[in-house]
Amino acid sequence: MALEDKVVDIIVDKLGVTRDQVKPEASLIEDLGADSIDTVDLVMTFEEEFGESIPDEDSQKLKTVGDIIAYLKSKGKE
Amino acid sequence: MAERIKVVVTGLGAVTPVGNNVPDTWAALLAGRSGIAPITRFDPTPFATHFAGEIKNLNLEDYIPRKEIRKMDPFTHWGLIAAREAIADSGLDMAAEDSWRVGVIASSGIGGLQILQAQWGKYTETHQIRFSPFMIPQMITNILPGYIAIEHHCQGPNFAVVSACSTATHSLGVALDTIRAGRADVMIAGGAEGAVCELGIGGFNALRALSTRNDDPTTASRPFDATRDGFVLSEGAGILVLESEAHALARGARIYCELAGFGATDDAHHITAPLEDGAGASMGMTLAMRDAGLAPSDIDYINAHGTSTALNDAGETTAIKTALGEDDARRVAISSTKSMTGHMLGAAGSVESIVCALAIRDSVIPPTINYANPDPACDLDYTPNHSRPLTIRAALNNNLGFGGHNATLAFKAYPYNP
Repeated sequence: MALEDKVVDIIVDKLGVTRDQVKPEASLIEDLGADSIDTVDLVMTFEEEFGESIPDEDSQKLKTVGDIIAYLKSKGKE
Repeated sequence: MAERIKVVVTGLGAVTPVGNNVPDTWAALLAGRSGIAPITRFDPTPFATHFAGEIKNLNLEDYIPRKEIRKMDPFTHWGLIAAREAIADSGLDMAAEDSWRVGVIASSGIGGLQILQAQWGKYTETHQIRFSPFMIPQMITNILPGYIAIEHHCQGPNFAVVSACSTATHSLGVALDTIRAGRADVMIAGGAEGAVCELGIGGFNALRALSTRNDDPTTASRPFDATRDGFVLSEGAGILVLESEAHALARGARIYCELAGFGATDDAHHITAPLEDGAGASMGMTLAMRDAGLAPSDIDYINAHGTSTALNDAGETTAIKTALGEDDARRVAISSTKSMTGHMLGAAGSVESIVCALAIRDSVIPPTINYANPDPACDLDYTPNHSRPLTIRAALNNNLGFGGHNATLAFKAYPYNP
């Protein structure tokens, strides 16, 4: 499965949203209804799924679906 | 002195091992059906006890969005479902209420044991510090009233009262006092428990508190029977809507009964064993009757704590005799519905209060099932094996918790005709 699909699947599962809502420009908090605890939980799930430790200073910058995909790609994930 | 505020019961909600709502639970109890069965949640083979009263055939997604389900321990799932049923049953329209005047007091006796077990288990397996950010909010027992407040927008007094097996009884008692004190018009109160997991079964097994009748689980909970060998751990929730009589009448609410009295004491004796002479439990009953303005001769039904342990049932029998006097103790109908539901710990007191309310409404006493062998230490009328019709003027509900906590609630028929 492509990285994008995995990320979308996780967000759909964790936030209870539909796939078509999870657009690259969608903000986790403003558009997808996440709260601050949800975002911590999401980041932990990405860490587990992709085997990549995401430091707090990086995770705080991950605001949109596109931010997450771009970040993971920049770490060589696919 | 101003007349005391009268408090009435207007809504009931329950999720129990014998039914996932109040009507199903009540029908099962009147029919004498057991909810006890082999444990399915985990493999109980290594444990001394292989059975429990689990919640069955309940699809959580019918009630709670999937993303929220995972953020809650099971006690909160069931507590929320029971609260929703109770509020719907009461006909309370929160949009029409002053939200600051509606409070919630609810808790579990133990807290989120299942999430604690899962998270610690994962840590000891992986040694990675990857605790869920939802672990603490899932675990804390006061999260249940928090969630109920969020769902129904209740902004009045909101907290948890904890006393192990008498948690919900104390919660209802404190809710009663909260309305009497004028701090709220409506209180949503009760308890929930979800301790059927390895830690729960193993922990109570270590205390030698549970029945080990593995060859016949449905007959394992046998309160007051001479061959009783311990309680049966079970799970679920019970929530009641209490409100001032004036508030209930003003909105034309249907009233089940009056919650008229609360008595609370402590044995000051031992962490788990009750006083042999039942003096603490007896004083709890006496205080509840006094608070309600009732005499022993007014009591027609007692929903006993009746756990099916050797010590509890004998001590509680003595306590009933002391509190009511020998004659009234022999006259009154007693039953332990734990014979069917098992012991729901923090939910026991509210589910059993619901039983009292429905027994008063329907003029019927639910039975103590599995009663076969009389015990000389338990020689009262426990309504053995079959329900029976009886007009109830007033009823007591006893619950006694580890820590020596004794709580009794007194319910009066509404209107009350002595």
